[in-house]
Amino acid sequence: MGIISRGFQGRRRDAGDRLPPGQYLVDDFPVLSAGPTPRVPLDRWEFAVDTEAGQTHRWSWAEFLALPQETPTVDIHCVTKWTKLDTTWQGVSLDVLLEDVETAADYALIYSYGGYTTNLPLEDLLDGQAWIAHRFDGEELEPRHGGPARLIVPHLYFWKSAKWVRGIRLLNEDYPGFWETAGYNNYGDPWREQRYEGD
Amino acid sequence: MTAEHLDGNALAGPLGEIFAVDVTSATGRCAHCGLTGPVASLLVYGPDPGLVGRCPGCEEVVLRVVRGPGAAWLDLRGTVSLRVNLPD
Repeated sequence: MGIISRGFQGRRRDAGDRLPPGQYLVDDFPVLSAGPTPRVPLDRWEFAVDTEAGQTHRWSWAEFLALPQETPTVDIHCVTKWTKLDTTWQGVSLDVLLEDVETAADYALIYSYGGYTTNLPLEDLLDGQAWIAHRFDGEELEPRHGGPARLIVPHLYFWKSAKWVRGIRLLNEDYPGFWETAGYNNYGDPWREQRYEGD
Repeated sequence: MTAEHLDGNALAGPLGEIFAVDVTSATGRCAHCGLTGPVASLLVYGPDPGLVGRCPGCEEVVLRVVRGPGAAWLDLRGTVSLRVNLPD
């Protein structure tokens, strides 16, 4: 039996137990952006996985939607200290997207339409810990929240859950992303309060 | 200007903590498209998780400022130069 990540599927605990240190609860869904909201026509949207050997796997929107779908309910934690409990998503597990990808890489760099990037160890994307989500709360994911599709990796601070996701580059060496090169923590575990560099 | 971003004057406070001069009145050159103009004319996204100043011409990142406890991080890689007017 694998480890069940906090807030996902396991028995619901009190809200207090589900609040990482220094966080407060919100009911709304704040929008934080580092740039203009990209508008990506679905007939031109694609998701790609680029391996360290130079191979690229691509999915069109229709191919992406045809993959097995999951509906995770997860708690999300923003580094600006808000936490939102029991958010409901629909999307494709990274386990599915990476199933046929041959790689020995240890690191992943997520890249988005609009130029945003974020980095994390590849193992943090596997074993039911991450999804490419295209629906939130029963509706199509709005552009301001990352639609058409965004990464959801709820066990790390939410800046790792890149909006407008376009692909994943698999790398042998870690390559810090947008906020990780500007003072934010390279890993971002909310339960260890890893907000800034050196935390 | 849309509600999505602020103007460059939003940078005055955080940059004022770092620099002795008012950098928002300095003239910057975008490293991506070469457009020059006052820092106050940047399109500023934020303030959280950090301030991101984008070129009003090409929307590429010109500067970023993150203020954490006990430290600020300033990224100027999108800036070729800053002209700061000073007395003789």
